[in-house]
Amino acid sequence: MALLALVPLAYVASYVVIIGPVDLWQLIARPRIAELLRNTVTLALACMAATVVLGLALAVLVERTDLPGRRLWHGLLVAPLAVPAFVNGYAWVSLDRSINGFGGAFLVVTLSYYPLVYLPVVAMLRRLDPALEESAWSLGHSRTRTFRTVVLPQLRPALLGGALLVGLHLLAEFGALSLLRFPTFTTAIYDQYGSTFNGAAATAMAGVLVLLCLVLLLAELRLRGDRRYARLGRGAARSAVPLDLGTWRWPLAATVGAVVVLAIGVPAFSLVRWLLAGTSTEFPLGELTQALVSTVALALAGAVATTLAAIPVVWLAVRHRGWASTVIERSTYVANALPGIVVGLALVVASLRVVPVVYQTAGLLVAAYAILFLPRAVVTVRAGLEQAPVVLDDVAHGLGLGPLATARRVTLPLIAPSLGAGAALVFLAISTELTATLMLSPIGTSTLATEFWSASSELRYGAAAPYALLLVLVSIPATVLLMRTDSPATATTVVEERVPA
Amino acid sequence: MTTSPRRSATRVSVALASTLLTASTLSGCGVFGSPDLVIYNAQHEQLLDELIPLFEEESGLDVELRHGKDLEMANQITEEGEDSPADVFLTENSPAMTIVDNAGLFTELPEAVTATIPDDYVPSDRTWTGFLARSTVAMYNTESMTEADMPASILDFADPEWQGRVAFSPTGADFQAIVSAVLELEGEEATRTWLEGLEANGVIVQNNLVVMQSVDSGEVDAGIAYHYYWYRDREENGTDSDTSALHFFGDQDPGAFLSISGAGILASSEKQEEAEEFLTWLTGTEAQQAMAESYALEYPLNPDASLDPAVKPFGELEPPQVDVSSLNGPQVTDLMTEAGLL
Repeated sequence: MALLALVPLAYVASYVVIIGPVDLWQLIARPRIAELLRNTVTLALACMAATVVLGLALAVLVERTDLPGRRLWHGLLVAPLAVPAFVNGYAWVSLDRSINGFGGAFLVVTLSYYPLVYLPVVAMLRRLDPALEESAWSLGHSRTRTFRTVVLPQLRPALLGGALLVGLHLLAEFGALSLLRFPTFTTAIYDQYGSTFNGAAATAMAGVLVLLCLVLLLAELRLRGDRRYARLGRGAARSAVPLDLGTWRWPLAATVGAVVVLAIGVPAFSLVRWLLAGTSTEFPLGELTQALVSTVALALAGAVATTLAAIPVVWLAVRHRGWASTVIERSTYVANALPGIVVGLALVVASLRVVPVVYQTAGLLVAAYAILFLPRAVVTVRAGLEQAPVVLDDVAHGLGLGPLATARRVTLPLIAPSLGAGAALVFLAISTELTATLMLSPIGTSTLATEFWSASSELRYGAAAPYALLLVLVSIPATVLLMRTDSPATATTVVEERVPA
Repeated sequence: MTTSPRRSATRVSVALASTLLTASTLSGCGVFGSPDLVIYNAQHEQLLDELIPLFEEESGLDVELRHGKDLEMANQITEEGEDSPADVFLTENSPAMTIVDNAGLFTELPEAVTATIPDDYVPSDRTWTGFLARSTVAMYNTESMTEADMPASILDFADPEWQGRVAFSPTGADFQAIVSAVLELEGEEATRTWLEGLEANGVIVQNNLVVMQSVDSGEVDAGIAYHYYWYRDREENGTDSDTSALHFFGDQDPGAFLSISGAGILASSEKQEEAEEFLTWLTGTEAQQAMAESYALEYPLNPDASLDPAVKPFGELEPPQVDVSSLNGPQVTDLMTEAGLL
């Protein structure tokens, strides 16, 4: 599996070698690349900053204050996870075409991605031991100072991990940015591919993109530092005393409401509007059903394959620590640094040259999904296994159970929730995957994402609407699964999931 | 966790089993079947979705379509080579046909297939045939411009006076076909200068529909596209064409270039007979008339079929003479990459 994950990187690397340093330099040192670099970096930084501020503020309001309707807000604030970014982009741009360029991209991406920060921060806030804060108050620190010096440092891994995930998502984002007409490396690679396939310029761009991702991964690792904020005991299982907002209660509730309206109200309104009013709206039941069935089947198959593939990787990394297992685990993150189009292209070339029989089969597509989304499963399952004490295995062995029986009766049930969370994350990602699906799917396959894309890129907004709606509906169960952060296991998995490096 | 470990373990295995079942159904033949003819289609998806059922009914064959974009599919077929699952390749613009032809992957078409298409639209080695044509046009906003303000040549859009006033979509194969015509007619140096001027002046948008909308909304004064975008809109609801008009360059200007949609049969196909049957049907009067009467509003190439008279007649277009097989896609991409458009 780790080797398979390296196919795309090997493809980019070998192609870069073939291009040679002189031509490569010519392809990279040109104004277009500078423009794309500027666009990609400014958008990534701006969105990471915005999602951190928004995610943190919303999480604190919902978790630590007496804001009216907190439980309801929590559900509504997580809901954008079920709305793919490109559906959100379509919703905004089809309402008002002047929403495009940097401003439009910043708005839509921030509204789509902030739950990636909000969710882990909420989970972290729930697990913090309030005794620490109480001690700070008793030492005379104000609430603000306590928050800054005691709570915030403990939230750092969640915030950084969330920001990293926003950054990585953004580097690979194609659909939303293409609809909003804001060119970045990923959209430019797609354009280049459309013209040249396997072209030197596209590969050179992919190389730059890989470097950007590595910078992001290293920066996160560096900022996270070596300090650990773990506590030894489980502490008291109780909630922190909520902050009395006083007269600010209602204005703040209205602000949170405004975020919800922008993040899910606008897409909901836009979808319904196009369903009712679009001149091209139609409900081709056969095509809708076919797209729905293949989307769900591919996403389920991909989620299971990816989660299964993650188990041995995680097992090695957690139970047999060493440089070899670390290398294997880390190598699975590499593909995360590449957009679906590059992974798709690498697999087209590799499969045609090595195993032509698998070309354009569902199996190859599932392999592509596993390469693209393995990191999501690995980090999630890893968090679960880290929490399953080895001593339980030993006890089982001591009581006469063999290794397989131990895995089945002790370890598997313990990590089942994290397997579920990992599979849910992968499911969400696959059901909205566009570029690799377009290139690798068996002939005649359509998914909700590809059908939506073909309609919306011809500006047939009405025809795109039913597919967008189904995409949202299909995403809801996985989102609900992720939202239920009440159980400690799921809470941790969500937190840890945001910290891939 | 509220459920007992054993129950959740059971649940996990049930989920696993059912998913694996779904996966195996997907990869087996159950869902996808085995079609009589596989067409890689880069022509507008909607047109083929209208057309194919007619052919299926008439021939009794089961056709499977794979949709994509011109150059993307041409390159994919080239990469697939002998292993290509495709029997037939259809494009919007002819440079994509040339890519596959240069790779030697097409088979020579029998006389019956090309009999109804004028020789100008079939390459001399008869490895593929044109089946529809689209005329390059400039659209302009009627509130800010008049026909008299429009340039005589498409090359004039590179002049600084058009700074920020002309929209085009360089990433699509449509525009790249126009560039290939400029390259063929004016040579490499003039094309490079023209592209650099457009890069400096032009407003780059996502596709030709957005070109039309930008002109209509007054965001820009003019836009480069093909004729049918505007006619289709006028036909359907007129929402985008009511404040815009078309400017045909005519007079053999590169801007009057006719781009040809092509059809060819892959030499690697084991369905030669079925493929020939389809192409003969596609160039025949019945299918050509069906396309002319469809929403597409592209010019049929079979003289026996005719387009809605509301569209400027084919005979009045005055296109430049271009050898359809000489349009060079890869060189166009290089020039556009050099100019910073890709």
